[in-house]
Amino acid sequence: MSFDLVANVVIAGVLTGLVYGLMALGLSVIFGVVRVVNFAHGEMMTIAMYATTVLFAALKLDPFVCILPVAAAFFVFGYAMQAGLVNPFITRPEHSQFMLLVAVAIIMVNSLLMIFGPDARNVQVDYQLESFEVGRILIDKARLYSAGAAVVAALGLFAFFKYSLTGKAIRACADNYMGARVVGLHVKKLYALTFGLGSICVAVAGCAMVLLVDVTPALGPYYTLLAFVIVIVGGLGSMGGALLGGVLIGVSEALAGLFIAPSAKSMFSFGLLILVLLFRPQGLLGKKS
Amino acid sequence: MNKLVSLSVLFLLLILLPWFVGSYALSVATLILYFAYTGQAWNVMMGFAGQLSLGHAVYVGIGGYAAGALFYHYGVGPWAGLWLAMLLCVALGLVIGFLAFRFGISGVYFALLTIAFAEFTRIGFDHLDWLGGPGGMFLKVAQRDSIDLLNFRGPPAMYYYAILALTAGAFALCFLLLKSRAGYYWQAIRENEEAAQALGINTFRWKMLAVAISSAMTAVSGVFFAFYYNNLFPEQIFHISRSIEIILGPIIGGIGTLFGPILGAVVLTLLSDGITEGLAAMGWEIPGIKQVFYGVVLLAVIMFLPNGIWPFISKKLRL
Repeated sequence: MSFDLVANVVIAGVLTGLVYGLMALGLSVIFGVVRVVNFAHGEMMTIAMYATTVLFAALKLDPFVCILPVAAAFFVFGYAMQAGLVNPFITRPEHSQFMLLVAVAIIMVNSLLMIFGPDARNVQVDYQLESFEVGRILIDKARLYSAGAAVVAALGLFAFFKYSLTGKAIRACADNYMGARVVGLHVKKLYALTFGLGSICVAVAGCAMVLLVDVTPALGPYYTLLAFVIVIVGGLGSMGGALLGGVLIGVSEALAGLFIAPSAKSMFSFGLLILVLLFRPQGLLGKKS
Repeated sequence: MNKLVSLSVLFLLLILLPWFVGSYALSVATLILYFAYTGQAWNVMMGFAGQLSLGHAVYVGIGGYAAGALFYHYGVGPWAGLWLAMLLCVALGLVIGFLAFRFGISGVYFALLTIAFAEFTRIGFDHLDWLGGPGGMFLKVAQRDSIDLLNFRGPPAMYYYAILALTAGAFALCFLLLKSRAGYYWQAIRENEEAAQALGINTFRWKMLAVAISSAMTAVSGVFFAFYYNNLFPEQIFHISRSIEIILGPIIGGIGTLFGPILGAVVLTLLSDGITEGLAAMGWEIPGIKQVFYGVVLLAVIMFLPNGIWPFISKKLRL
């Protein structure tokens, strides 16, 4: 096992992990504000991936160009989902919210199965086969661009929450629901906006991810679990934590695939999840509640 | 008194059922009772004590594999395997419970911890060649005409009676539990754990008891599953969708009620079968369409009957 091989695998893991991180960031933002765990998160991710394959096949749009229409559609979709379905459930018990989103997830996975069938789909662009050479290390172009898109989207979201007035208002809702209402914020509208923003993260991650893996409907539940693992490891509700968790999981998956067996890779993620839950339940970067 | 009479009549009808229906209907009835029993087991933990487990498939799987492996490798029948299955599942449940409750993990975090344990076990079993790995473990198929109670091999009606007895037993056990000290303590913990603690209830101990009872009961349903279906695949038995399947019944039927898990199992299984039949009759046999319908019905029930079907019916019937 040469050093070059390990370095290549680690770099690929970091880059894929950033895309995972963006997906998980969506989950984390939604949970942090709305306090509802989106059990249909991975299913939304696969919808974005399929949307990209359709746009690519029909209009020959590059996946990175697809980000704009897919993200716009996902924002509207996420906003509507929160306003129509989830908002009436925010005061209900957790198992009730869980059931609601599981039902949504079942509908999503199987609608995809009905429309596209069980076979894997992908997009094929020239730069998927090219790579940059840095010394003796090869970096896939597609992976680097995907990670770049993820970082840009995440930075955009950070900036939105830090500097814009609406972003600050959303953070106020997350910090103090009652206080936010007292000062006259329209909390339910801001919740819907948050779900829309979380959906944009998923959309961008989906457009980028379709360059790296083939998409099947069965990928949905896998990504949902992956997103849970990442946000718990990083800290549920912490934005930086989601990206850090994504990178950690990306690297650990890549290394487990190299040293043990590709099929055992998520065992390490779940093992890591159990350890973090026990010894640092607020996650690596989460605040103690 | 009225309730006791109608329950007895219902039970009697269920005993006589194999004489009146064909083998297909009997298999559906067995499936319904399987979900009713397993749902009842899960309900002890969530419905009574308020601890949301989303990984109950792990107990079904460990239970099934424990008894299955004893039979497969050593020819030891399920009556011994049952005890091993319960022992292992209670041990696992107590480990998960101890870690979670000692470290103060609750709510969503507890639910995700249970998922993590189930998924971890699933992938682990995928790599255990002694138990068949991803290719599955197959038990010797039953002689369908003779009954071999010692090895739990026999005709479909035998399995039907076994799961009927289990469901009735679980119902009675839960009835007694709810009326016992444990039942009242659990409900206090479910409603408000801090208040329960302030009243001097050792919440840790009683929550552990709920986990132990629930996991032992679920282990038995795993043993039943192994010997009824004769095959075990990690991908199937430990998968999160199995855990979801187990808990849909009680949630749809009415969480924390005695009849909820049973009613939920009846409704969901008949619904699933009805949709399959209906779609086949219409000639719409596209993969996935059945589950889409199923999802839409779930969505409707959870939106319009948030407490489940049983509380709604019992209110209408003034039970």
